[in-house]
Amino acid sequence: MSQEGEQGQRLGIVVSGSLNKGVEVKLDSSASVEDMVVGRYVTIEGNRRRFFGMITDVSLEVTDQRLTLTPPDVSDPFIAEVLAGTATYGTLHVSPYLAIGGDVASLIEGPQPVKTVPSHFSVVNLASDRDMELVFGKEDKERFWIGNPLDMETKLCLNLDEFVKRSNGIFGKSGTGKTFLTRMLLIGMLQKSTAVSLVFDMHSEYGWEGSSEQGRKVKALKQLFPSKVAVFTLDEENSRRRGVSTDFVVRIGYDEIEPEDIGLLRQLLNLTEPAVEAVYQLRRRFGRDWLQATLDLKDAEEAGEPKIHESTFQNLRRGLATIRRLPFIESHAPTNAVRGILEHLDRGINVVLEFGRYRDITAYVLVSNMLARRIYAQYQERMERAMGEDTAKPTPLVITIEEAHKFLNPEVSSQTIFGTIAREMRKYNVTLLVIDQRPSGIDAEVMSQVGTKITCLLDNERDIDSVLAGVSGKSELKSVLAKLAAKQQALIFGHAVPMPVAFQPREYGSAESYKGFILGEEASRQAEKDIEELWG
Amino acid sequence: MQRVGEVIEASTTDFVAQCYELYQLPALGSLVKTRDQEVELYGIVYHAATTSIEPGRRPIARGKDEDSEEAIYRSSPQLLKLLKSEFSALVVGHRQDGKFYHYLPPKPARIHSFVYLCNPDDVRDFGKSFDFLNMLINTRLPVPIDELIAACLRQMSQVYEDRQAFLVAAGKELAILLSGEFNQLKAILGRIKE
Repeated sequence: MSQEGEQGQRLGIVVSGSLNKGVEVKLDSSASVEDMVVGRYVTIEGNRRRFFGMITDVSLEVTDQRLTLTPPDVSDPFIAEVLAGTATYGTLHVSPYLAIGGDVASLIEGPQPVKTVPSHFSVVNLASDRDMELVFGKEDKERFWIGNPLDMETKLCLNLDEFVKRSNGIFGKSGTGKTFLTRMLLIGMLQKSTAVSLVFDMHSEYGWEGSSEQGRKVKALKQLFPSKVAVFTLDEENSRRRGVSTDFVVRIGYDEIEPEDIGLLRQLLNLTEPAVEAVYQLRRRFGRDWLQATLDLKDAEEAGEPKIHESTFQNLRRGLATIRRLPFIESHAPTNAVRGILEHLDRGINVVLEFGRYRDITAYVLVSNMLARRIYAQYQERMERAMGEDTAKPTPLVITIEEAHKFLNPEVSSQTIFGTIAREMRKYNVTLLVIDQRPSGIDAEVMSQVGTKITCLLDNERDIDSVLAGVSGKSELKSVLAKLAAKQQALIFGHAVPMPVAFQPREYGSAESYKGFILGEEASRQAEKDIEELWG
Repeated sequence: MQRVGEVIEASTTDFVAQCYELYQLPALGSLVKTRDQEVELYGIVYHAATTSIEPGRRPIARGKDEDSEEAIYRSSPQLLKLLKSEFSALVVGHRQDGKFYHYLPPKPARIHSFVYLCNPDDVRDFGKSFDFLNMLINTRLPVPIDELIAACLRQMSQVYEDRQAFLVAAGKELAILLSGEFNQLKAILGRIKE
């Protein structure tokens, strides 16, 4: 179908297979089995269709079992050469993902999910750069170059407008490059999509400088795009010491803490079930200032009816005291953090909230959950108003959270706002970008709603299973995932990509890479200007 | 073109030719050709024999008082006329109107047709396809087939500049044809390797 010279190297022919299990490809003697790696892309030239698939397994075969019992003398190059590809040969297991028809209509329509298999003895080629471009598209106004498919020069591009329509996940063991990937995706969203980001930056590495594992300093969003990013901080002192130019210092008043926030922290504060129940009762009794009022109580007697058991009360007091000790919590906050964030988001400015020294999980869960809930409520209200009055909808918002399993584990996912956002998806124009190293800790229901998953190396069986749950061709992808390099390799699959692809993320951290990102930004702005000028 | 004999017996699958001179036999496995009107028949020499011209009369030992073997023939020159050299060739294809067909010709060779040894160009043309190997493998012959195939490939490879490439290509074809007969394949490969 494609013209001479545009095809990749010929690998072999299809000899058997099924739609469910994938097809078997017998390697030509000219193609060395050692050059084949799982995760690479191939095209299969069927009679009427062209198929795109991924190599998911490589194996060795012999025509006669006696060969394995009495191996020939392969030290003789002649014997070895004769037997290679004839009596002994390699096979590839290929999972077809997409097919493109030969007629004009289907060419315009583009690749479609595969519903059949190529006919016997269809020729299999390595996918060429042009093939990859056909599937993943070129870098343009919406598509952002995120990296290169393994062993290929092509730019792998992701349609970020499509990407932010669903909640997404970035997974991988510690030290596999999740942070770098996230930084890059945040830049992508900033440049190519209409969405704004709110990042709960636990380790203070997205807003201002972070460091790589080698200790090299790596620039972050605010340094690259100062006009488009605002850094909020919980820990002003820490930010100042690090030389960060912050835009807003977040303080949280006692009156902003709701019983739901305490429920979420139950495990972290070591609260009992009755203690959490008591919180709701106290909130009813004392109103907005319940936290201060509760701490002012001397004993459980004063809490009113129904009676709270003394030990429950003490348990609760201990928990609340832990919260009160957090330095950014004040009895009355001078500024309204939620309003501050929303004002920035409305102007299309991305917000990174640094936690500074308060990187313990209690603070993180409390603050991010509290802020996100209020912001989400605002969004919900605006969205409903927009629908009712037919006015402009609010800017799509992507909330980035780390250590996602703390928010989205089966026990608390129904209580946290993040569970709701993940489930209700984009109805209210708010989606999540969850970053986690322990995906098996995340509620399966939430996991199933994650649109696009990008995963670096995972080696725990349960983590792999939970990431791949519900994906077709799971066992094949598993072998690809397990063979990813420990660094700078990732597998992306799901909503925003037509088929799974293992890739090497774009370089981030060198002066050239920054220039690339900034140039991309300028180029797209220039293009917009040109279009405007052209159409006046 | 070197003439090596004359057909004295012919069938659809093979022909027997007698050499004009005693012992002037083509090598085992060499490619020979003969002609039946418009059709050139190609054969591979699979057997050769030198016997008495009369089946009932066997030669007797004569060299007891001679110094050398040549001396026997010098002192009894009639021997050269009483013995004959014959060879058999398996028909493996034919050429008609300049085109090769790697299967049996419609008719066998004619008696008294001349038999020629193929020149290198013929061998190269013939060797463009390895279909003849399948015919060799599937024929029952009085000689071990492994020996014949190996001899034939050795002979043919001599006309190629890159002998190794030819032998590897032939070996690969054999590996496919003998996919279930690894021992036989091994035997042949052992006989054709350099």
